[in-house]
Amino acid sequence: MPADGAIEGGLGASNKRREDVRFLKGTGNYTDDINMRGQAYVYFLRSEVAHGRLKSVDTTEASAMDGVVRIFTGADFEGVGGIPCGWQITDRFGEVMQEPAHPVLAQGKVRHVGDPIAAVVADTLEQARDAAEAIEVDIEELPAVINMKDALADSSNKVHDDLTSNLCYDWGFVEENRDAVDAAIKGAHHVTTLELVNNRLIANPMEPRVAVGDFNSGTGDHTLYTTSQNPHVIRLLMGAFVLGIPEHKLRVVSPDVGGGFGTKIFHYAEEAFCTFAAKACDRPVKWTSTRSEAFVSDAHGRDHVTKIELALDKDGNFLALRTDTHANMGAYLSTFAPSVPTWLHGTLMAGNYKTPLIYVNVKAVFTNTVPVDAYRGAGRPEATFQLERVVDKAAREMGMDPIALRRQNFITEFPYATPVAVEYDTGDYEATMAKLEDIADLAGFEARREDSANRGMLRGLGVNCYIEACGIAPSNLVGQLGARAGLYESATVRVNATGGLVVMTGSHSHGQGHETAFPQVIADMIGINPNMVEIVHGDTAKVPMGMGTYGSRSLAVGGSAMVKATEKIISKAKKIAAHLMEASDADIELANGEFSVAGTDKKVAWGDVTLAAYVPHNYPLEDIEPGLEETAFYDPANFTYPSGAYACEVEVDPDTGKVTIAAFAAADDFGNIVNPMIVDGQVHGGIGQGIGQALLEQASYNSDGQLVSGSYMDYAMPRADDVPFYTVDHSCQTPCTHNPLGVKGCGEAGAIGSPPAVVNAVVDALQRAGHDSITHIDMPLSPSRVWSAMNS
Amino acid sequence: MYEFDIEKPSTVEAAVAALADGDNMALAGGQTLIPTLKQRLAAPEKLVSLSGIDSLKHIGMDSGPDGDFWRIGAGMTHAHVALETEDGNFTTLSRVAGNIGDPAVRNRGTIGGSLANNDPSADYPAVVLGLGGTVVTNRREIQSGDYFQGLFETALEEGEIITEVHLPVPEISNYQKFVQPASRFALVGVFVAKFADGVRVAVTGASEDGVFRWSEAETALSGDFSASAVEDLQMEDGHMIEDLHGTRAYRAHLVKVMTRRAIQAAV
Repeated sequence: MPADGAIEGGLGASNKRREDVRFLKGTGNYTDDINMRGQAYVYFLRSEVAHGRLKSVDTTEASAMDGVVRIFTGADFEGVGGIPCGWQITDRFGEVMQEPAHPVLAQGKVRHVGDPIAAVVADTLEQARDAAEAIEVDIEELPAVINMKDALADSSNKVHDDLTSNLCYDWGFVEENRDAVDAAIKGAHHVTTLELVNNRLIANPMEPRVAVGDFNSGTGDHTLYTTSQNPHVIRLLMGAFVLGIPEHKLRVVSPDVGGGFGTKIFHYAEEAFCTFAAKACDRPVKWTSTRSEAFVSDAHGRDHVTKIELALDKDGNFLALRTDTHANMGAYLSTFAPSVPTWLHGTLMAGNYKTPLIYVNVKAVFTNTVPVDAYRGAGRPEATFQLERVVDKAAREMGMDPIALRRQNFITEFPYATPVAVEYDTGDYEATMAKLEDIADLAGFEARREDSANRGMLRGLGVNCYIEACGIAPSNLVGQLGARAGLYESATVRVNATGGLVVMTGSHSHGQGHETAFPQVIADMIGINPNMVEIVHGDTAKVPMGMGTYGSRSLAVGGSAMVKATEKIISKAKKIAAHLMEASDADIELANGEFSVAGTDKKVAWGDVTLAAYVPHNYPLEDIEPGLEETAFYDPANFTYPSGAYACEVEVDPDTGKVTIAAFAAADDFGNIVNPMIVDGQVHGGIGQGIGQALLEQASYNSDGQLVSGSYMDYAMPRADDVPFYTVDHSCQTPCTHNPLGVKGCGEAGAIGSPPAVVNAVVDALQRAGHDSITHIDMPLSPSRVWSAMNS
Repeated sequence: MYEFDIEKPSTVEAAVAALADGDNMALAGGQTLIPTLKQRLAAPEKLVSLSGIDSLKHIGMDSGPDGDFWRIGAGMTHAHVALETEDGNFTTLSRVAGNIGDPAVRNRGTIGGSLANNDPSADYPAVVLGLGGTVVTNRREIQSGDYFQGLFETALEEGEIITEVHLPVPEISNYQKFVQPASRFALVGVFVAKFADGVRVAVTGASEDGVFRWSEAETALSGDFSASAVEDLQMEDGHMIEDLHGTRAYRAHLVKVMTRRAIQAAV
């Protein structure tokens, strides 16, 4: 039952997800469900070699084949802009990063397997494929640049001939701390060093990418339907930088989207192509990625190689931290790629600890691989993994309990300014750790270990903390850091005459449950049933402006914009109510969907006020306009900082090396919670992907630049039986101090916090079994890798 | 896919006649062929579907001079084999069939199709070789030892269609599959069967030469059917597959582990 005065199904209620009804019944409207009259289909002829000089592309024969509308090559895009990068990094010497051109279709060279060389538009997809096979492509193959360190060592073989080397940037953070960090490490009682790989992942949303371009030759209006997490960003990037179409002539629609995980943030060549080709061919052009295509054209994630050093005094106090990371950019700079290993990674290196001195060095490298960009967590999983692994290793080296060592170094006073430029507003790391010890029953571990041992299994326990940063902001700061976009959010709240609300949000839901959670926020403010609130998103023609959904920002930023707009609505509605009740504005109270005059029994219903706004017969027309619709933009003052403590128990089969997750517990602090069930789901999904990274997933290139794990035959996605029943808790709540809802963001925490817990647990299991020399195994901890570590 | 015609005959004879044209291909459950076609890696003029041939869909016990055997029509899906052998004297077969792929695969894929394809990581080749079964075609009976001839290679000739499979019923048997994490095919699968006159051990998934018998283990186990009998044996790793999911040494090691587990589970 809701608390006194609260509404049924409002804040804190686990309302079932209303959108799931249409998803589960097959009545959703995904981009591939959109078919335009007279549409043609495009098939992209993609490079099968990783690196080569494009000597000629002959489309003569293919162009004459049945059904072919037109074949496009790189030459058709000369004079058209390339795919832009949305973030410019300044390196440690004050120079801006090297930023290569990224043509829509390859020009001069192909730079990764999957790089599009030509696009065939035809009446049917099969005709387009037939014609693509008839295109004669002459490529002079070049040695592939794959290994990052080799790529930097040898500048004679460059991915981009017009750049000086394969180095995108050499970033130091905080550069002024460098000497002090070096000195602290040199003089420390103990230094723990760990070299590790954060494995390259492929997001694999259930719905592959799709784009449908449409052009109205009568009005000159372009429409792009696309599987995007942020249609307004696509409109801006594609309109302004690629095709030169002003916003008022370009509409971008992202209808139901079946999962994004970051890889649908970015502006892709296929979107620009379909928009361009729809005008050039004067008919709608549709592209639907195959799963095979997705493997070689969706931006990949992670792919960092890191050396981390943690200096401690004799009592285990952290003195200094130094990291040296090579970050793979792939062949081109995807939209937000440069920001991931830098501002989304370096700023998190303090973690939950009061380490006074930190220096992060990141070298971003071009290679002949698919571009790498944000994937669930984006930089924070990479930071958390290395930090929580090195802390665990340090505890072992110093003979200390890993939980006690963490506790000893916890930040305990807030706000806390880290040495890596961010200020945590709130948190209580001791509370989440204590909660974890309880829900994970850490006291009972020894008994469970003995039970496992009786079955011949090696049980291990891994514990770690995490801190993350959501709702990247404020815009004026991120601008200084190199962002080429603002990071606010907008909302328009439209109240209809009979009292129902339509909320147009710039956030985008592609699995997060916005259509359920957001109405809970609005309804709670007014005191009405959440079913009276409808959420509209994903269409630039309906929503004024938006920056989209990523970085767990939707509730903290988008939700705050809704709150601001709804406050304006309530303020105006109170004026109307005051007029209707012949009272003063200041005396009007709103509760349970009724306006009342304080200290009297005068009341007027929400619906009567909204009706008056649109049928203003008895209305203060001299003071306020009719209608009830307000827009707000919200630009946060700071990031939010969710945090938590995770515990994983594994069983390792000593005969085969197979790791089974026996138990997983998560104690998170997300601040205030709107819908606990959705939060549970977000955490479950995040941990599932984290376990996928830790045990299963690996995008693997061979030295020729072929993606060896290019299908589900070799790329291991987590399945239901790879994960346990999770124990999750989010009752530790230190509300964010700078947004109106006190919320922090929960979308990525699971994926950020879980990989180190898994690896810590496996190392623990092996060390308990006497494998003292095993201090680390690189992810994924496949049976083969674990067995090899035990038998080397 | 490239365009192709499809024919669905109702007898084996008609299917053989339809396959007489060189570029035509037989379609059983299609679990390998259809993805291959989608990737345009095959371009048959015509697919001859075997799914309309009722004479390929039967399963039951029979007995011959060498004892009881299961007679299984080539068109039986994995799901049907699992169901039909669930009770009775050969539940190992039910478990093998019931653990191939996922429900969608099991409801389409057939035992004949799997054996004709002879994927080096498939389960059925280990069953048939491990039991010393017989592959029956429209022309002849082929002993399992002659039938499997390497990766995707079999004794089948042009125009030859598997009609049924005969599987002798062992005293005890077990199949242990260690799955490849991505595909969940067998990274290594070992089928162990004990008959009155000896033990057979067949290994799938591991070798570059496809399914094979581990003769040293068979000899050791024929004298002493216990897990300890294989403890001192060493599987040579020279012919093992090495890929993203395991080294040669790892696969060779797993052969022994899975053999041991199969014995432990069988007794």
